[in-house]
Amino acid sequence: MSRYDYWFSCLKGISGREKRRLLGKYRSAEALYYIEETRLKEEGISEKGLAEWRKRGQWEFQKKEEELKRKGIRLVCCHSPEYPRRLRELPGMPFALYVRGKLPADELPSVAIVGARQCTSYGETMAIRYGEALAEAGIQVISGMAKGIDSAGQRGALNGGGKSFAVLGCGADVCYPGENRGLYRDLQVQGGVLSEYPPGTRPLPGYFPARNRIISALADVVLVMEAREKSGSLITADMALEQGRDVYALPGAADSPLSRGCHGLIRQGAGILISPEEFLRETGWILPGKEKELAAAGAKEPDKNKKMLENTEKLVYSKLALYPKGKEELLLETGLEPARLTATLVSLELKGYICEKAKNYYSRRG
Amino acid sequence: MGFCSVTTAAVSGLKVELVRVEADISSGLPGFHLVGYLSSEVKEASERVRTAIRNMNVSIPPRKITVNLSPAWVRKRGTAFDLPVAAALLGALGLFSPGRLEGVFLAGELGLDGRIHPVEGILPMVLEAKEQGCRIFLLPRENTREGALAEGAEILGASTLAEVAGWLKTGEGLYREPNRSRKNPAHGTGTLDIDYSDIHGQEGVKRATLVAVAGNHSILYIGPPGSGKTMIARRIPTILPPPGREESMELTKIYSIMGLLQPEKPLITVRPFREVHHSVTRAALIGGGRIPVPGECTLAHGGVLFLDELPEFSRTVLESLRQPLEEKCVHLARNQGSCCFPADFMLAAAMNPCPCGYYPDYRICGCTDAQIQGYLGKISQPFLDRIDICAEAPRVSWQALGKSSEKEWSSAVMREKVEKAREIQKKRFRGRNIRTNSQMGEKELARWCRVGKDCREMMEQAYEQLGLTARSFQKILRVARTVADLEGSTEIEQVHLAEALGYRVTDKKYWSGR
Repeated sequence: MSRYDYWFSCLKGISGREKRRLLGKYRSAEALYYIEETRLKEEGISEKGLAEWRKRGQWEFQKKEEELKRKGIRLVCCHSPEYPRRLRELPGMPFALYVRGKLPADELPSVAIVGARQCTSYGETMAIRYGEALAEAGIQVISGMAKGIDSAGQRGALNGGGKSFAVLGCGADVCYPGENRGLYRDLQVQGGVLSEYPPGTRPLPGYFPARNRIISALADVVLVMEAREKSGSLITADMALEQGRDVYALPGAADSPLSRGCHGLIRQGAGILISPEEFLRETGWILPGKEKELAAAGAKEPDKNKKMLENTEKLVYSKLALYPKGKEELLLETGLEPARLTATLVSLELKGYICEKAKNYYSRRG
Repeated sequence: MGFCSVTTAAVSGLKVELVRVEADISSGLPGFHLVGYLSSEVKEASERVRTAIRNMNVSIPPRKITVNLSPAWVRKRGTAFDLPVAAALLGALGLFSPGRLEGVFLAGELGLDGRIHPVEGILPMVLEAKEQGCRIFLLPRENTREGALAEGAEILGASTLAEVAGWLKTGEGLYREPNRSRKNPAHGTGTLDIDYSDIHGQEGVKRATLVAVAGNHSILYIGPPGSGKTMIARRIPTILPPPGREESMELTKIYSIMGLLQPEKPLITVRPFREVHHSVTRAALIGGGRIPVPGECTLAHGGVLFLDELPEFSRTVLESLRQPLEEKCVHLARNQGSCCFPADFMLAAAMNPCPCGYYPDYRICGCTDAQIQGYLGKISQPFLDRIDICAEAPRVSWQALGKSSEKEWSSAVMREKVEKAREIQKKRFRGRNIRTNSQMGEKELARWCRVGKDCREMMEQAYEQLGLTARSFQKILRVARTVADLEGSTEIEQVHLAEALGYRVTDKKYWSGR
């Protein structure tokens, strides 16, 4: 990377496509730094772009470079061999990527796990489960590190000992949302955090649909875990289809608005996620011999509760699902005394089988 | 010329001060002077009194008339001075012998036609005057029942000034309120006509309410609109132990001063339930004014203060509740001295879980996490820290609507349980200045909330996993103590602790995800 690349990639008012064309024509960013203004004008650069270009004297190369170094961010331009191959297929490919950690490897399969920020326990649990299984099969997991499904899937991948990459809608040095600080840190070690926006860019609503195109482009297959109708996750799925990626959707409860988007995708012909092993078999990414192991891991899940629980606890647990259920409903279903039920719920919670999602609303822990 | 003096009383805050009304008629420039640190409604008394006397066909001579209300440094407010002023004037005019007003207490408002209208604060006035040696109490006819609550007082009721003048001349012609026995229900406000058996289902919330009332813990109901949060809170007085005679009198005194008594059934025998709207000001809630007037906190004394739509209350208003919640009284400092109003109430509050009210029902609620956090963020954390029990009042299912829980969860049954638990607490805290588990401090917690090994393990686990704080832990122990008391157990057992944990106030930052 030449020191002019950073200046050029930060230049506002010129689109990524223009930048790529100019760079192809003039060979280097340096040439574009010293070019005559009239030539630039002849290239059809907008007035705004020219105004920004004129300000190039203010760019402090030394300081900017040191800042990048200090923040541990690498700049990968589209002419660099490091630039992900999958992204090159994207017509609107970003001119440059800012990376903390690594970039997804071209030779390994990669899958995007996307979905609603406000998900149910069901979606969250499933995202974690798929993340884990994919990681164990050596697949890279791409997502947006948003709340809910995104971070659950990535957390699952990290738990499974695999690699995961987050594409952010802000600068790579900005952790958004703030509560994912831990995940953000871990991702840099076990994968990477990347963004097309220069360091220090604040998250703006307009940036997120744009970063979704990078998520789907970096993946071979996109998994939608939970999505409302007309949601951002469906935009990602649409982009994936445009880019020729496969889309799989996770079915949910028929009356759950959070699964309606997924059901719509399935009707349009998306793949159905029945289980992680099933998915891996369909895509052919499963290693022979690993299949049984995975199936065993999936099967042992349901009966982990049978030990250590007394009868009342088993009864209450059996009435709970991954969707939250209120105490009053449980009272009717179990026929227990209110005092007894409250005590049982707390003891189940303390044993780690269930969690309280809102006051007196409980759901199973995945 | 003449002079005459009459006894009446002035109320300031909740205090009563006896006042002598002195009337003097002397030679000089004709005029009517009413003096003695009077508020404007008292100054206007001169017009009402003079007209009422003239309409009685008594002519007031063109002399210099001076009426003084002594002690002159006590601020006088209200309209109860009309009748004493008129009586003193009639005495000074020589209509009756001045000795007749020896030991007589008067209070009442006059109309221009000489009719006597009821006034506020009769009961505390009568009690104070009786204490200071008055024997006969001449009150507006509508107030006689209230006055008769003071045992052993001779209460006379008058409806016109002419009747009063007649009595002063002859000693006859006034209604005499019969002295009733203590338990005469004609005096009481009667019983509430609401009951917990009116509410179908909702047993979890009823149980939480039962625990809250048994230990006098403050309770917060969370639930969607229309789920019956207010209905449940409104029924709390039905399971509170009824007030004793003394407490009844205390409540009646407060309500008398605030003018909130029913003239027919003045004695308050039902614990108050005060529902406060979220637009309430700080002064209206805890009391205020240059000369302090009690607020809703004091009106809820001995009963329940209910705050609906908790997040809509302004922060400063809620913060102002912290002191009364801790000290059970309201201290108001003014430059002419401070005063203290009783405010020993049980706090109940209700709120929706999110702006739309249906969280965490993902089928209906479309609120984003940011919206929910913003909504919850409106409640001040220090205030939330003072809430012991948190219960969800869910939308009632059709199934539950059909299920009647009249027997098990009627107010009578619940009250019996409350009374039993309160009895245990009374015995436990004998000789201390606390009465219920909710008031236990460090020392009491160490003494009465010791737990066994299995409970300690559970506590440790809960502390780590549920994100508790030291403060929330103490609250849970207090509630666990109450649960154990309800079950008649001397030890706090694991089930008691577990139930108490189920009522904990979830930290705001954990209210997300569904």
